[in-house]
Amino acid sequence: MEGNPPIMRRSALAAVAAIGSVSLLLAGCSKADDNKNDNGKSAGANAATKDVVNASSKKGGTLTYELSDVPDSFDPGNTYYAYMYNLSRLWARPLMTFEPGPGEKGNTLVPDLAASKGVPSDGGKTWTYKLRSGLKYQDGTAITSKDVKYAVERSNFARDVLSLGPNYFQQFLAGGDKYKGPYKDKSAKGLSSIETPDDTTIVFHLKQAFQEFDYLVAAPQTAPVPQAKDKGVDYVKSIVSSGSYKFQSYDEGKQAVLVRNENWDPKTDPLRKQLPDKIVVKLKVNPETVDQDVLAGNAIDLGGTGVQAATQAKILNDSSMKANTDNTYGGRLVYLAINTTVKPFDNVACRKAVQYAIDKVSVQTAEGGPIRGEIASTVLPPDIPGYAKADAYATAGNKGDAAKAKEQLKACGKTAITTNISARSDRPQEIDAATAIIASLKKVGINANLKQFPSGKYFTDYAGVPKFTQQQNIGLMMMQWGADWPSGYGFLQQILNGKAISQSGNTNLSQYNDKDVNALLEKAIATQDTTERNSLYTQIDKKTMDDAVIVPLAYFKVLLARPQNATNVVSTAAFSGQYDYLNIGTTK
Amino acid sequence: MISYILRRTFAAVILLLVVSAVTFAIFFLLPRLAGQTADQLATQYLGKSPSKADILAVKHNLGLDQPLYVQYWHFIKGIVAGATYDLGPTTVHCNAPCFGYSFKTHQAVWPELTSRIPITGSLAAGAAVLWLLSGVAVGVVSALKPRSFFDRAFMGVALAGVSLPMFFTGQLAILLFRVQWPIFGRDYVPFTENPSQWANTLFPAWCSLALLYSAIYARLTRSGMLETMNEDFIRTARAKGLRERKVVVRHGLRAALTPIITVFGMDLGLLLGGAVITEYVFSLHGVGEYAVQGITDNDLPKILGVTLLAAFFVVIANLLVDLLYAAADPRVRLS
Amino acid sequence: MTELSKTGAAVSEPAATEKDSKAFLDVRDLKVHFPTDDGVVKSVDGLSFKLEKGKTLSVVGESGSGKSVTSLAVMGLHRLGARGKNVRMSGEIWLDGKELVSAGPDEVRKLRGREMAMIFQDPLSAMHPYYTVGNQIVEAYRTHHQVSRKAARARAIEMLDRVGIPEPAKRADSYPHEFSGGMRQRAMIAMALVNNPELLIADEPTTALDVTVQAQILDLIRDLQKEFGSAVILITHDLGVVAEIADDVLVMYGGRCVERGPVEEIFERPQHPYTWGLLGSMPRIDRETSERLIPVKGQPPSLINVPSGCAFHPRCPYADLPKGNVTRTVRPELQQVDGGHWSACHLSPEDRTRIWTEEIAPKL
Repeated sequence: MEGNPPIMRRSALAAVAAIGSVSLLLAGCSKADDNKNDNGKSAGANAATKDVVNASSKKGGTLTYELSDVPDSFDPGNTYYAYMYNLSRLWARPLMTFEPGPGEKGNTLVPDLAASKGVPSDGGKTWTYKLRSGLKYQDGTAITSKDVKYAVERSNFARDVLSLGPNYFQQFLAGGDKYKGPYKDKSAKGLSSIETPDDTTIVFHLKQAFQEFDYLVAAPQTAPVPQAKDKGVDYVKSIVSSGSYKFQSYDEGKQAVLVRNENWDPKTDPLRKQLPDKIVVKLKVNPETVDQDVLAGNAIDLGGTGVQAATQAKILNDSSMKANTDNTYGGRLVYLAINTTVKPFDNVACRKAVQYAIDKVSVQTAEGGPIRGEIASTVLPPDIPGYAKADAYATAGNKGDAAKAKEQLKACGKTAITTNISARSDRPQEIDAATAIIASLKKVGINANLKQFPSGKYFTDYAGVPKFTQQQNIGLMMMQWGADWPSGYGFLQQILNGKAISQSGNTNLSQYNDKDVNALLEKAIATQDTTERNSLYTQIDKKTMDDAVIVPLAYFKVLLARPQNATNVVSTAAFSGQYDYLNIGTTK
Repeated sequence: MISYILRRTFAAVILLLVVSAVTFAIFFLLPRLAGQTADQLATQYLGKSPSKADILAVKHNLGLDQPLYVQYWHFIKGIVAGATYDLGPTTVHCNAPCFGYSFKTHQAVWPELTSRIPITGSLAAGAAVLWLLSGVAVGVVSALKPRSFFDRAFMGVALAGVSLPMFFTGQLAILLFRVQWPIFGRDYVPFTENPSQWANTLFPAWCSLALLYSAIYARLTRSGMLETMNEDFIRTARAKGLRERKVVVRHGLRAALTPIITVFGMDLGLLLGGAVITEYVFSLHGVGEYAVQGITDNDLPKILGVTLLAAFFVVIANLLVDLLYAAADPRVRLS
Repeated sequence: MTELSKTGAAVSEPAATEKDSKAFLDVRDLKVHFPTDDGVVKSVDGLSFKLEKGKTLSVVGESGSGKSVTSLAVMGLHRLGARGKNVRMSGEIWLDGKELVSAGPDEVRKLRGREMAMIFQDPLSAMHPYYTVGNQIVEAYRTHHQVSRKAARARAIEMLDRVGIPEPAKRADSYPHEFSGGMRQRAMIAMALVNNPELLIADEPTTALDVTVQAQILDLIRDLQKEFGSAVILITHDLGVVAEIADDVLVMYGGRCVERGPVEEIFERPQHPYTWGLLGSMPRIDRETSERLIPVKGQPPSLINVPSGCAFHPRCPYADLPKGNVTRTVRPELQQVDGGHWSACHLSPEDRTRIWTEEIAPKL
């Protein structure tokens, strides 16, 4: 998923610099305060990427999350943001979820509402889940498999109303293209490809074999919603909790307060600990304030996209502060897509020329240095299964190789290329990276002009519209990608699948339509054995690199500040490196 | 007088119609001229990789499949008569004034706006009191002793106040009053709930915003006072044997303040339409924040709501300023 | 003081000789200087005069001659406001036995409006636009009298009635801009006289008014003066007004008195060429326009670099008559002409009489 991109508006940039100096000015005094809070112990830098920090089962207190943005929705059926997938588990239990664990260990799927993992049959086309027994909503009524079915129906098939989540179930369930959703189709039967033979069993019938279905049902869209309590878009104001916390208040766009759900039974839930008495989620908090509060131990940054530039500078200059941070992969690749339909990039040699020409160090610097991203050479980032270390276009020190690039140009029959490179106008780092790329390309005779488009319409109106890129001669496109679920398929399917190319909102920017890759993707998802599946992803990665359609620039990294008063803090790859929000408690 | 107000009200309604029509046109026509189709517009309000049917459904639900004038008509009709929406298991009725539902979150705009007006209002009102008092006081003292040390010092501070961005002063205020000496609260509390907490949490924001404005008002007052204190009627007042304080306040300030009313009214009206940066810096969930969100999400009903609200406040402020001016200066006739 | 006045002056300045008996208003060697970046502006530079109750003194001269500054100095208004600090004042101003130059500001303030009052040239700008005429008079009265608003208002209406404003009770609630020019000046006079001041200074009270109204206002001032018995200083550049109303005349030039005397003397036997010029430039209804005489040629003198010798010499057609360079080097002191008539001119009395009778008077 695109997740919650670190948007930073240009206008704010100068201010950030100014504030940075103020912060530094006051750093001398605030340092003293920090030491007071310190209690003498700190787990050390990157501790939460290796283990659970401050493991504790101490109950009580109020835990505060702060977010500089607003989420799309608190409604589990209407959200797509990684941090909401993470947090919503407190009030919405999906069939499956990820076990809290450091780094890639966090990618481990465990049953949540379901009693055990899905049982595939029919070669992976049918998936059956048994619910745990004794499950109850916050009002004490029983949770049934019909509520799970209803939740999937409303979240995937009423997209004119609940439009903000993904629609994988609509794509993969049999007959999904014909069903009109529960709001229009009032029949008691609902979608026939989801069966509920009894109150604790749910069976999904898919169009095709899909061996990663457990990942799909880990989405909050499978968290039960009682049909009688559904109010469509207004359900968000009166969400009926199935998790360990319920809403005490909900203030659209401002704040939500969660308190213990008394009807949640720990016997039905091996994962949740229900530690704090109260959880406050504050929205639209000034990012600088978020950082200050996190550093002071008063809050957790819900977005999990890392600290602000000024705070980063402050942290890196102070080893005691650095000891309370985690610099971790964000499950995301920063890359340059090469448009295979725009001449002369239909020729693989011309694409290889671009691969060799780019000085990736200069791009890394533009993106914010090693803290913000490691130089990349594969499509899959290291925290996604299927990653294997490789570098098809290695150059000395990753600084580019003009001679090899020119060689490829010659093979392509060109001495010079004129093209355009697109980037998102409201992402200064992306613009800077594109500028660095332009400089690299110029040295070998490729003249690329920067074209800037607003991020809100980047896919719907510009880079994601094949006709537009063709007309505007956009051969190169800046791009970032994160997986909707932590697997090779979840990562690769939307950006490399030739069948996924659409006329608007397209994310396969290269318009790469290779029958081998398409076939490998299909084969992989139908393969039950995980190791074998992962090796297929490695193959796809290699094939893509050989075809040179994507120039990997950086494996996105985030610098998280770890609040010292929080317990059970662990950074998980399952949620783009965010801390796992399931069991964080507070010592306060 | 009543006919005057009626006429002004009528003009205001026309103005608001024009503002809404222009906002509508900017939102729809400009992207359309640049080649955007209604489908692309609808896609912006959907999650990733929507199906064709999804796009059509959203387009229909948001009314984007209808001609522009029909969409505009529905919008205006909603404000006057309310509207009915199909947003889930049941249809919902949105009572007048209905500013529609957000394209993105599908939440009704009007209740959201009204819940935010008190916050922006609190911010603007508190800051206005501060900047008016401090600005006028500093301006008067500076004017009475022009070129004195006090005058130079305060005008220097005033210049800094005008030129320093809110990003800087606001952040500094936060660092000082919330982080360094945490004597001020953090989370907005409604006035009706706890007035002292209300003032306590808003105070740093008031100060920062007031610094920006009081600088302008100090300069305005200073130049106004310098001018009035040279007027013949001041000499007359002195010739009557009035005490100097009375001369300054009753005769000088009274005359110098009148033009400031105009500026003040307009500033306050504009602020009520959203103090974007201040709200951002102090994490206040006001109208300005809502506006920014609307623009970021390309969410027409939100944008229209805020635009009309802001225009409404400016129009009202304008009317009040004119009435006040007429009350303050007997030479002015309303016609 | 110049060399000449020390040694040869047969009769020196009036102030010096009449030191012992103080008049109601007695101004002695008054100097009002304003230091500026360009130099010291000597607006008034050694002025002496006196005025008794019931009498009217007209101060005449061009703009910038120092007549308005003199009146403001008497009122103590120079020392107020932002520029108050930049005034240098010296000399003595005795009002009814009290010395004002050395008095504290609050002492003078208490006299202002009560013992001495002033009316200004342009009543529209001199009255506060935001307060009703009645309120402004009430304020003037209550500043010096501990009375209720109601009583003060009755007094204001009485005064408005007294100065000839019809329907005074109603008009008291009008604002200055709702009055005609003449009515406004009447209201201004009512405001000045509300406290029965013993000294009334009228600074060009009729300049802004049209001719018929001018006469009415002058009549009013004269009548009121008779009634209240006040001393009046009338500042004007219009000798027609002077002839109408004054008992004595003081002619100012370049911040100094060049001639003073009873009104008949000044009109019948003026001694100073500048006075002749003023008389010559006086419009007269009984003569044709073409016959009007010589306005005073040239520009008023700079008050920073006052011309040496006789300040008038650059504009004086007779500057070369006295022997030597005396008009350019020696400043003439006031010399007694006759009784209360004094003049400061280097021309010999014979020359002056001859020029006046032969050259000037026939043309007037």
